[in-house]
Formats: sequence, C-alpha cells, structure tokens
Amino acid sequence: MIPGSFEYHQPHDVEGAIRLLQDLGDEARVVAGGHSLIPMMKLRMADLGHLIDLRRIEALKGISIDGGTVTIGAMTTQHELIESKMLADAAPIVREAALQIADPQVRYCGTIGGNVANGDPGNDMPGLMQCLDATYTLAGPDGERQVAAREFYEAAYFTAREDEEILTSISFAGTAGGYAYEKQKRKIGDYATAASAVLITKNGGQCASASIAMTNLADTPVFSDEASDALVGTSVDDAAIKAATAAAVAAIDPAEDNRGPVEFKKHVAGVILARTVERAWSRA
Amino acid sequence: MGKVHVKMTVNGQEMETLAEPRELLIHVLREQFGMKGPHIGCETSHCGACTIDMDGKSVKACTVFAVQAESADITTIEGIGTPDNLHVLQAMFREHHGLQCGYCTPGMITRAYRLLQENPDPTEEEVRFGMAGNLCRCTGYQNIVKAIMAAAAEMNAAKEAAQ
Repeated sequence: MIPGSFEYHQPHDVEGAIRLLQDLGDEARVVAGGHSLIPMMKLRMADLGHLIDLRRIEALKGISIDGGTVTIGAMTTQHELIESKMLADAAPIVREAALQIADPQVRYCGTIGGNVANGDPGNDMPGLMQCLDATYTLAGPDGERQVAAREFYEAAYFTAREDEEILTSISFAGTAGGYAYEKQKRKIGDYATAASAVLITKNGGQCASASIAMTNLADTPVFSDEASDALVGTSVDDAAIKAATAAAVAAIDPAEDNRGPVEFKKHVAGVILARTVERAWSRA
Repeated sequence: MGKVHVKMTVNGQEMETLAEPRELLIHVLREQFGMKGPHIGCETSHCGACTIDMDGKSVKACTVFAVQAESADITTIEGIGTPDNLHVLQAMFREHHGLQCGYCTPGMITRAYRLLQENPDPTEEEVRFGMAGNLCRCTGYQNIVKAIMAAAAEMNAAKEAAQ
C-alpha cells in the first residue's frame, strides 16, 4: 500500500510550520509521529498535497516541571513519557496510560501531541487529559492561545484547533492521591472497547475529590462531573461506586461497531469504571 | 511530485538514493538497498515483520517514509548477524525452535535486540510485553519467548565472564 503523491516539508521551527500551513491551505497537514496519519494515507482515506513534518522542531520536544506544573512538548513520544522518572513522580497516571497505548514500536514513534490533537475518539490521551484538567497551547498566525482539554473536543476528528494552528504543548498540575487508567481492548494494539481515567484524593477515610473521564464511549472523550460528585464525601463503598458508575454510563453515548453493540459497551464501561475507581481508591 | 535525495546509514554503511516522498522506508530498504531481511507482512502497522532499528528505536518500516529516515542510523537483521557469525539471539532462536515458517523472525529478532539493550535481564512477562508489537502466526510464542530469555542469559553470562 502506497499513499498518493505529496510534497514533503521539514520546517525547523513552529513559525516556519505555521507559515507553510498558511501558504499551502487545505492541501496541507502536519504530521507528528505519523502512526495515525500514515496508515490513513496508505488506505487513501487521507489525501493531501503537502505533508509538514514536525520532527525537526526541537522546541516541541521534552518534558519540564516548574512549580508543580507539568509541561509536555507536543512531539514527546509515548516511549519518552514512559521512560521519564520525573513525570512518573509528578503524575504517574500518564505513564500508566501510555503503557496501554498500541505496542512498543508504535510508542517509540507516537506522540502525545498527535494523540490529543487528532480528535480520534479511540485515542487514550484525550480522556486522560480531561481527567487531569490539562490545558493545550495552540500556536497560530496570530500567536498563542490556550484551550482547556475539557473544551477542546467537538466531535470525532473535530476540535477547537483552527486549520492554521499547531498544538505545541500540554500542561497540567502534578497529581496527588490515587490514580488509575484501565482499558478493555480486544487485543494488544487495539483501541479501547472502554477505558477510563480516575484521580481521587482521600481525607480522613473519605473521598475529598475525584475526577473521572472515559475513552471511546462517545464521539468525544467524556468527562463526568456527576460521576465524580457521586464519590466525593463517601468512603467509596460499593453503593458509591455503583452511583458513580450509573452516572458515567448515563453520560456516555457509544456507537455500535466491531467492538460490540451499544448495550455491551455500556456494560463494559460500567465494569471498567468500577475497576478503575477501586484501584485509584486503593492507592489514595 | 519530484524525487528527493535521501541518505542514511544502513548496517554501518552510508546509503543514498532518490525517493518520492510517498515511498515507504520498507520499500526503499528492500528494493533500492537490497535489504530483504525486513519483511512486508500486514502493511498496516500491526504485525511487526518490517521492524528495523532506527536511531536506537524499534520502528515498523512500513509506517515511516524514507524521507523521514534522512540521516538516520538504521540496523536491519542483516546487520545483527550473518550465517557464519550468528548473533546470540539468532543462535537461540535456532536452538529453541523460535520459528516455524520464519516470516516474522527478522522482525522478532530485530525487536528483541533492542528490547535486550534496554532491559538486559527481563522477566518472561517483560519479554511478552516488549514483544507485543510482533505477531507470529505459527509458534504460539512459547519458543520465541524461551529463545529471547535464553539469549539474555547467555549475553549476561558473557558480560560477566568478560569482567
């Protein structure tokens, strides 16, 4: 399988990449790790005239932590997220989720920026970023702006990013307390049938705060305030977990596909979320 | 669209060619550089038969354009061992019958090579997790895992003996 013809560009800075997007218009796409886009190009489901490769832009790489805020450059690979001791200390849920993405070869290439910016409901990082209440920085012809991960996703493959913008970095506060990312998939390398991210803090045996988001159970990630609220103030007993699960299942809107019918997905979502909450609580 | 000049180091040798931007690295390696070791399996980034080592990473060469490998340092199975001088991994795959048809084997060994660089003394579980991007439709993986574990033990013993 060979993609259609295109011209290849390798800008060395973000400004150069944005200029190319402005000059080339609809015909151009940026590529990060390429492990979503290149398969689509090979299947001729993505047809583009110009490919703008971000791999040479050093400013888009790396992880930094400053005053409790974690900032991750968009071109940081999943493998680099997994290998970062600093990140594992500041927000261990990111490593736990990254380890469940695709397979080793894909994780060497796949980037966090590509994962969050593509808008694919199957990607794991968008739900996780909503759980973390992360902020995305977008750079465009008029400078930079920030968009909350919880506001970024509009529909499958439609996001708040404008055509001439590039998602350059992601930032969020380091986490405290319990965490878990659980994913049900048919096989290694598959997208989730259902996945969920949970952060939870404990105070005097009770849940002080909770944050719950789910992956691949609607055409955008689903962050559920109601599910989180069902846990806060409880001892996260069976009744509380049941209430949180019911609230989350009410918030999702899965579609039938080769991973199963709607009822099955709702069932799996409930099982996975309960498991995620239990594990996060056990670590709180 | 015009062809682009691309050069890279393949198994220690400087190689260069002209490639269209849409040409995949696996095709350039096999058809222009004559490296037929990395195989074309699924062509959809799943099976790992095309796995090569690129700048210290295991990469599926069907999901990278040759132009993206500009200046890269690439190792294929041809660079890991030769019939007269097998790499320990190759010797252990033979000894433990880590292959049947052999189609997935170059990718398996190239991936295992990097896995053991990063984790020289892996548990069986770590081998299985680290090899999850390579599919074998013959063996059921038991002997592949056994071969990699045996290679790790042999390499560690050799390292100790050298010290």
